[in-house]
Amino acid sequence: MVEHRPWNDIIAYAILTLGVFIVAFPVYLALIASTHDAATVVGGNMPLTPGGHALDNYYRAVFVGGSRAIREPVGQMLLNSFISATGIALGKIFISILSAYAVVYFRFPFRKTAFWIIFVTLMLPVEVRIYPTYKVIADLHMLDTYAGLIMPLIASATGTLLFRQFFMTIPEELLEASRIDGAGPFRFFWDTLLPLSVTTIAALFVIQFIYGWNQYLWPLLITTQDSMQTIVTGIKKMLYTTDELAEWQLAMATAILAMLPPVAVVVFMQRLFVRGLVETEK
Amino acid sequence: MANVTLRNVRKTYAGGFEAIKGINFDVGDGQFCVLVGPSGCGKSTLLRMVAGLETISSGEIDIGGRVVNQVEPAERDIAMVFQNYALYPHMSVYNNMAYGLRNRGMKEPEIKTRVEEAARILELGAMLDRKPRQLSGGQRQRVAMGRAIVRQPKVFLFDEPLSNLDAKLRIAMRVEIRKLQRRLSTTSIYVTHDQLEAMTLADILVVMNGGQVEQIGNPLDIYQKPSTTFVASFIGAPPMNLMPLRSDELKSQLTGDARVDQAGILGIRPEDFAISDESVTGGVALGLTVEAIERVGAETFVYGTRQPEAQAVAANPGELPPGEVIVRIPGAVGPGIGERIRAVAAPDKLHLFTADGRQRVGD
Repeated sequence: MVEHRPWNDIIAYAILTLGVFIVAFPVYLALIASTHDAATVVGGNMPLTPGGHALDNYYRAVFVGGSRAIREPVGQMLLNSFISATGIALGKIFISILSAYAVVYFRFPFRKTAFWIIFVTLMLPVEVRIYPTYKVIADLHMLDTYAGLIMPLIASATGTLLFRQFFMTIPEELLEASRIDGAGPFRFFWDTLLPLSVTTIAALFVIQFIYGWNQYLWPLLITTQDSMQTIVTGIKKMLYTTDELAEWQLAMATAILAMLPPVAVVVFMQRLFVRGLVETEK
Repeated sequence: MANVTLRNVRKTYAGGFEAIKGINFDVGDGQFCVLVGPSGCGKSTLLRMVAGLETISSGEIDIGGRVVNQVEPAERDIAMVFQNYALYPHMSVYNNMAYGLRNRGMKEPEIKTRVEEAARILELGAMLDRKPRQLSGGQRQRVAMGRAIVRQPKVFLFDEPLSNLDAKLRIAMRVEIRKLQRRLSTTSIYVTHDQLEAMTLADILVVMNGGQVEQIGNPLDIYQKPSTTFVASFIGAPPMNLMPLRSDELKSQLTGDARVDQAGILGIRPEDFAISDESVTGGVALGLTVEAIERVGAETFVYGTRQPEAQAVAANPGELPPGEVIVRIPGAVGPGIGERIRAVAAPDKLHLFTADGRQRVGD
């Protein structure tokens, strides 16, 4: 029940503010840390106000790289992450929309079986099948390549399920009308199903882009050259130093930069994204 | 222009359920055929078989002299209007109508002419750029009609096209559909469960029940001479009064009638009664207690009960409970509730059926 009492509002806002604070404070801290010099950050008494080294830190992070250890500038890592996340998202959409189309609209032997096999792969994320997957990619000479970063993460039951659910809400008469209008399976897909799926595609793109962006284990495993590593693995490597102080201010700048593309994707696609997940009107 | 012929058409589903049990009829060129029946009687299935959306288990469907059993829907030269219209939600009204023509490789100028002509006929001219969701129910219905018209097919198929509209619009669209069909004189098959729609639209009426044809014919002939009790109670609203002839009271009144020996059920339409104290030779007089009155202005329906009636007539949909009789009288004046009245019907207004209701007796 929705009532309007001042106390309810005050309590609700208090809880909301607390939640926002808990989520946002570490991010704020990272942002602050990226504006101080190394000594201030490591000194143990880091202020909560911005320091004066922001430009210097970000310039070094993006274009120069760290002063020591194995470091590639963030620019290259961002590019790597962007290519692989985009590739994973688009690849997943391509494969899952086609497989969902087959499963929903075509009557073929073992259709149910095919669907269940796809479904079962939900239980087989990369982490579980990591050794055989690595072996396959290595034998295909795809280590240290974008294809190697992207391909094993493309096959997706989630996408297939999402599209299947969506296709099943499309009235069957639409298919029948298309058949009477002389549209074959390909035309029906291209002219009717795809335009209607735009919001679902957007939703899936957002989810899968972030999924791809946040991959850690797989890129860590198959990239050996610094020039191929993604930003998420790169941040970790920046903190791994022997006999030296980690350059926290650079790591924090990198972390902030790493957050920006997924945030941008969510912000720009939010409207489509929400519609794709909740829309029922056809 | 074409006629549609169904020869012993059957449909059996994989589970063994027989939805259509051998149907034969012929729709002449330019005729308007209505399939009517209660839900689940197979009328929509039959229409979808003509459209090619359902396979035919056995028998033949012939459109314009060509057996189409194995022909794809798009190749059958038919157009269909669906109950939920099935408009493409992402296409403008214009594109909805043009889509089927483009798929056939028609040139854009020709498409434009046809769509604009259809839009003019259906008064959709101002809406060609809109999307279906910006239209009202009646307008969507017209777009669906337009999509059928532009194709200039041999046959129009309508699957309960008016049932999503409100009552007033339904009547208006019913008239429009009839006028349009007359004007284009395209052979049409129309499915409905609404007997009034069926009566007003049809050149040929096919009454279906349980996957079979109960009666085929001109709507008025069917109304005047229903061949089974199912048809008698399904066609006409309120339904025909059906009374078992076992009760002595009725039988004794009909001793002069030769048909009575074979008959088990007597049917009388509500409007064929008159409230009168005079006796009718050869006719029937019923003593009724008035239970309820419905005044709708031009006419009044009187619901009365006879002496408690033990045996029930075979229960068909739309039939009255045993012992209850509806009398329709003109005007708004009628008896009061609880009053005793005497309803009489002339001999030529009596319908007689065999006891199982499957056959009409006499004429």
